[in-house]
Amino acid sequence: MNTHSTTSPLHNLTTSPPHHLTSYPRFLQRALGVATDGTWVFYLWMTALTAVALVGANAWAFQVRDGMARTGMTDHVSWGLYIANFTFCVGLAAGGVMMVIPAYLYHDQEMHDVVIVGEILAIAAILMSTLSVVVDLGRPDRFWHLIPGIGRFNWPISMLTWDVIVLNGYLLINLHIVGYLMYMRYLGRKPNPRWYLPFVFLSILWAVSIHTVTAFLYCGLGGRPFWNTALLAPRFLATAFVAGPCFIILALQVIRRTTSFHVGDGPFRTLIQIIRVAMTVNLIMLGSELFTVFYTGGGHVAAAKYLYFGDHGHNGLVPWIWAATALNLLGYAAFLCPTVMRQAWVLDFGCVCCFVGIWIEKGMGLIVPGFIPSTLHEIVEYAPTLTEWKITAGIWAFGLLVFTVGLKVAIAVFTNQMTLAREDRP
Amino acid sequence: MSDGKLSLPVLGEVDRRTALKAGAATLGVAAWAAAIKPWFEWTANLSVDELLQKHYRELSPEQKQEVFRRLEEDARQEYGAEVDIADPLPLPGVQYAYALNLSICIGCRKCAEACHVENNHDRPTNQSYIRVFEMDKGGIDFAKGTADYDHPVPAPDKYYMPVQCQQCENPPCVHACPVEATWAEPDGIVVVDYNWCIGCRYCEAACPYHARRFNWQKPEIPAAEVNPNQGYLSNRIRPQGVMEKCTFCLHRVREGRLPACLEACPTGARVFGNVLDPKSEIRWVLDHKRVFVLKEELGTRPRFYYFFDK
Repeated sequence: MNTHSTTSPLHNLTTSPPHHLTSYPRFLQRALGVATDGTWVFYLWMTALTAVALVGANAWAFQVRDGMARTGMTDHVSWGLYIANFTFCVGLAAGGVMMVIPAYLYHDQEMHDVVIVGEILAIAAILMSTLSVVVDLGRPDRFWHLIPGIGRFNWPISMLTWDVIVLNGYLLINLHIVGYLMYMRYLGRKPNPRWYLPFVFLSILWAVSIHTVTAFLYCGLGGRPFWNTALLAPRFLATAFVAGPCFIILALQVIRRTTSFHVGDGPFRTLIQIIRVAMTVNLIMLGSELFTVFYTGGGHVAAAKYLYFGDHGHNGLVPWIWAATALNLLGYAAFLCPTVMRQAWVLDFGCVCCFVGIWIEKGMGLIVPGFIPSTLHEIVEYAPTLTEWKITAGIWAFGLLVFTVGLKVAIAVFTNQMTLAREDRP
Repeated sequence: MSDGKLSLPVLGEVDRRTALKAGAATLGVAAWAAAIKPWFEWTANLSVDELLQKHYRELSPEQKQEVFRRLEEDARQEYGAEVDIADPLPLPGVQYAYALNLSICIGCRKCAEACHVENNHDRPTNQSYIRVFEMDKGGIDFAKGTADYDHPVPAPDKYYMPVQCQQCENPPCVHACPVEATWAEPDGIVVVDYNWCIGCRYCEAACPYHARRFNWQKPEIPAAEVNPNQGYLSNRIRPQGVMEKCTFCLHRVREGRLPACLEACPTGARVFGNVLDPKSEIRWVLDHKRVFVLKEELGTRPRFYYFFDK
């Protein structure tokens, strides 16, 4: 392999040309330096996130010691906030692909310049979803039972094993793409398309697979009529393609205002169009779903009725789902407004509304009613405990730490502040 | 970049930024260690043998004995109880089935109570593998039933429907489990290796009969109340954080005895036996009564049948 650097003749390494054995550790070392170096706002942000992550880790440690009785879950509602958040985070990870498709399939140059943001989001969100499952395990010490080869992997029968494969696969693919592109840029070399383009195209298919398989976890269960619908996977994808781009738009705005990284207007326009279409498709599917269950009635309407209107005085989820409905409709209206293309506040408002609305709809609004009423039609309600909120907040803080560090290094690399050529600068 | 240089005794000259970063990193590591301290309080009770124990079906007879002795020692230390853990194997030529006569069940919940005692269930939560539903006559609609009735039984215009694991021939819980911690034995009983289960509760979501239970915390049982006759795959005291379920009392039935719930039933509503034995009572019921199974449309093929007698 050619290790000569053509664009960095000024580097003062003692061994020249640099070998990967020396330049790659150097790259990692520089990345660590960049990731821990910044303005006081950056330090404040990272310290705050670390503090929240610590609170979450502490709550989790107590939960492992004392048992899952510290959560609000019961044998009737045996999955709650953790699995709700897991589902949403998988969607967030898949949503990153909405930058990759325009950038690589439609050769949108401006999107191509910032596509790394979507790929780093995918990494952070996959880590968050994996953590959300880990904290939901009664026996995290037996996690190794899930590792093919040394554990006993019930593949291909168990959909959960498929999820383990696709989530880890997606993580590895994105780590490779992001790592390779940044390292090449650091070396000042042109990335070899053979080393990343096949993975980029694979990642597009893989993004669809992670959320489809996650939907199959639920919709394949015949005993849970609320989930047992063929529309679940398409709805998951549609909401993912809203929530992901919403988050990316907000992140791009912050990047644009706080760094020298160039973010054009094109990516915003493209992402807004994607959100408009995806949200429209989602609302149509949601309406179709609601018509089918409510008009048909009978046993299958019980969960939806509980969710939207309460049942026999039990209405724990009613405020959640109407909040989600209001947020989704408000956000959708904001995105349909022509001013969303010009006014940052309209855009931000729309993004926040849709993001939070979908977090509720897909989480508390989808996982919990799968269990209420129970399979034997008992109504036991569920509300997350403080432990669950702390752990979930901790996972988000950890995800945002990963996202921030990833962006920090990527921006330093892509704005040529961190290159082998400027090796001598600390 | 900072130009400030500090002179430190061992490290020599370091710039102030590096020193600050090192200080922050040290603080961070200390904070993390403090935050996850309860985790180590928990792992202190976890032996390496337990952590690395293989799946039940991969254990040799000698390894099984080692495991059983270790679990007996755990019961002695943690519960102050002398217990005997055995591993009765499925009998050749035996397929179990259960039938319940809804016409004579009076809803007294003696079966649920017997299950609670026999299977070393958690005392404070009054756990049991059986839930008895009080149902409205005129249909089999659980939406109109309740398991929380509290009045003398049988109540007029009601019938009672005890529900426990249906030991499905096509068990959704077994398909769901990502680590093969639960499986159907050759005699049809669906079991859990409590030392292999990771506690993800996917099986609990998959079960259409609310038959599975999770150990949300370590079960509490006074030493005097512990049932010492235990099966590794059935009624031994379960660890915290794993799934459990009805096993048709396999530690009893594989030794020729009847399930505890059947023995406790005062009306004789319960019939249990080997369907491969043409002279068994269960076979007679299946041949002569119009039996039905719960949620037949789901294709789970339960081995638990219900029938009305009059």
